[in-house]
Amino acid sequence: MIGFLQHLIDALALGSIYALTALGIGLLFGILRLINFAHGDLITVGAYALIVPAADVTARLMIGSWTPAAVVVAISMIVVVAALLTDAAVFRPLRTASPPTLMIASFAVSYIIQNGILMFYGARPKAVDFWSGANVQITIGALRVPLLQLITLAVTLVLMAALTVFLRRTPQGVQMRAAAEDFRMAQYLGVRGNVVIGLAFAISGVLAAAVSMLYITQSGSLTFQMGVPLALFAFVAVVIGGMGSLAGAVAGGFLLGFIVTMLQAYLPPDLRAFRDAFAFAFVILVLLVRPSGLLPSRTTVERV
Amino acid sequence: MAALLEVENLSVRYGDLMALRSASLSVDEGEVVCIIGPNGAGKSTTLAAIAGGVRPVSGDIRLEGRSIVGRRPEHIARLRLSLVPEGRHIFGTLTVEENLQIGGYMLGDRAAARAGMERLLGHFPRLRERLRYPAARLSGGEQQMLAVARAVMTRPRLLLVDEPSLGLAPRIIDQIYEILLELRQREKLTLLINEQSSARILKFADRIYVLRGGAVQVEGRAADLRDGEAIHRAYFGFGTQDSAPAETAA
Ligand SMILES: Nc1ncnc2c1ncn2[C@@H]1O[C@H](COP(=O)(O)OP(=O)(O)OP(=O)(O)O)[C@@H](O)[C@H]1O
Ligand SMILES: [Mg+2]
Repeated sequence: MIGFLQHLIDALALGSIYALTALGIGLLFGILRLINFAHGDLITVGAYALIVPAADVTARLMIGSWTPAAVVVAISMIVVVAALLTDAAVFRPLRTASPPTLMIASFAVSYIIQNGILMFYGARPKAVDFWSGANVQITIGALRVPLLQLITLAVTLVLMAALTVFLRRTPQGVQMRAAAEDFRMAQYLGVRGNVVIGLAFAISGVLAAAVSMLYITQSGSLTFQMGVPLALFAFVAVVIGGMGSLAGAVAGGFLLGFIVTMLQAYLPPDLRAFRDAFAFAFVILVLLVRPSGLLPSRTTVERV
Repeated sequence: MAALLEVENLSVRYGDLMALRSASLSVDEGEVVCIIGPNGAGKSTTLAAIAGGVRPVSGDIRLEGRSIVGRRPEHIARLRLSLVPEGRHIFGTLTVEENLQIGGYMLGDRAAARAGMERLLGHFPRLRERLRYPAARLSGGEQQMLAVARAVMTRPRLLLVDEPSLGLAPRIIDQIYEILLELRQREKLTLLINEQSSARILKFADRIYVLRGGAVQVEGRAADLRDGEAIHRAYFGFGTQDSAPAETAA
């Protein structure tokens, strides 16, 4: 029982990372019908921004050595600017392009970011000692929980709550929901399309920055492709949850975190290498039962 | 003085299909003008082009003498021109109140928007009762009323309404037209309305354009067209006195 609870907390922490990433992807999909694989690379940008640009294998912290509040602000700003740049340079000129074109453009952006990082930081993985104090174990009854997992969960809940309040209670948020449902109609009513889209990119940047910091604290290593599997898993979470539904993206993220963690824990050791194959098989099963996802958004169902 | 709206030799193409062929029309301040025509005549295309949702291949659209061709829909909305599109396009997951608020944000003045909403709800008691409902739960007639109210929230001078009667019961259609005419008085609206049939329209329109095959076939004062023969001829391509071409061929 204690073992299962321990795994459950692991699952919640991993699910948080997937859910935050899936929210960033889901938000842009809702408004632009863009499946933004470059979202993972924004996470990579946030991670590399912590260190001094150099090809050394052991990374020296730059921004990462500032006080935590300054780190959070600086990394968020950098990733937000990067996200806005991808919009201005690539996605804005493609505003009227079809969803497949947009997705392919996002692959291009992904490669460009990865190659940019390669140029300045080199290709080899780097060890980095960032906020490693957060990895201490704390004891709750019979449970021993890494403090970082609790922080991860708390940060995720706070960001989700903030996003919910933004979408429900602010004029910009209401406009964003309207634009996600019917972009052209929102424009007819005076909603500025590019402002809403820019805001969505900015929010996806904040979410990516949060994942950068949480993920690096936990893994302690950097690679120029570290964001790719995150984007892939988050995309799968978005699909499980129901394309276009933010609540679905979060639910899908947590479900995927749960599946992956439990497979890792309970699969026979010989089969653990195939964990992700089992996880994706399970995803296919979910989609066979619920083809439009766990919490489908009414609007996307109509549109497809 | 220039008309409030002038559409001059407007052509719109969807791929290979010419939806509008050099159509021209104008609307003066305070008028109620109707475009009627059969399915596929290009009525919706005309209104969408005026509101900036469709880009014409040629021709000009002027609002108070200034060309608005090529501007984004959100800019045109700020010139106090608002469209109630065909099929209503309600934001179904938003509440009725949020749907109305969307129309008011553009004004940049919360107090004015709230006052506008209060005033409008006076015309739409059914919407007032359902402010907190998700808009998708409204009936078709209520959704049409919401679509009109939401468009008027932007405080337009010129309101374009695309087939307000679509899919609604006659009693509801009467209500909607009554409200449109009330709003016209109270909010000093100029109206440009699309309909498929001339039945209702002839009663209160000042002028009528009959559109078919993307071109204006007939235009005139509603009073002069009331006997119906000219409209019928323009609408179907043959008059009531002629035998139908299909019959002649057979
Ligand atoms: N987005 C589009 N893409 C391609 N063709 C279109 C599009 N919208 C309209 N059309 C075509 O353009 C022509 C004019 O359409 P439009 O919707 O303007 O007609 P309408 O007069 O509004 O008809 P209805 O009374 O059925 O609403 C039609 O042949 C229609 O099939
Ligand atoms: Mg139409």
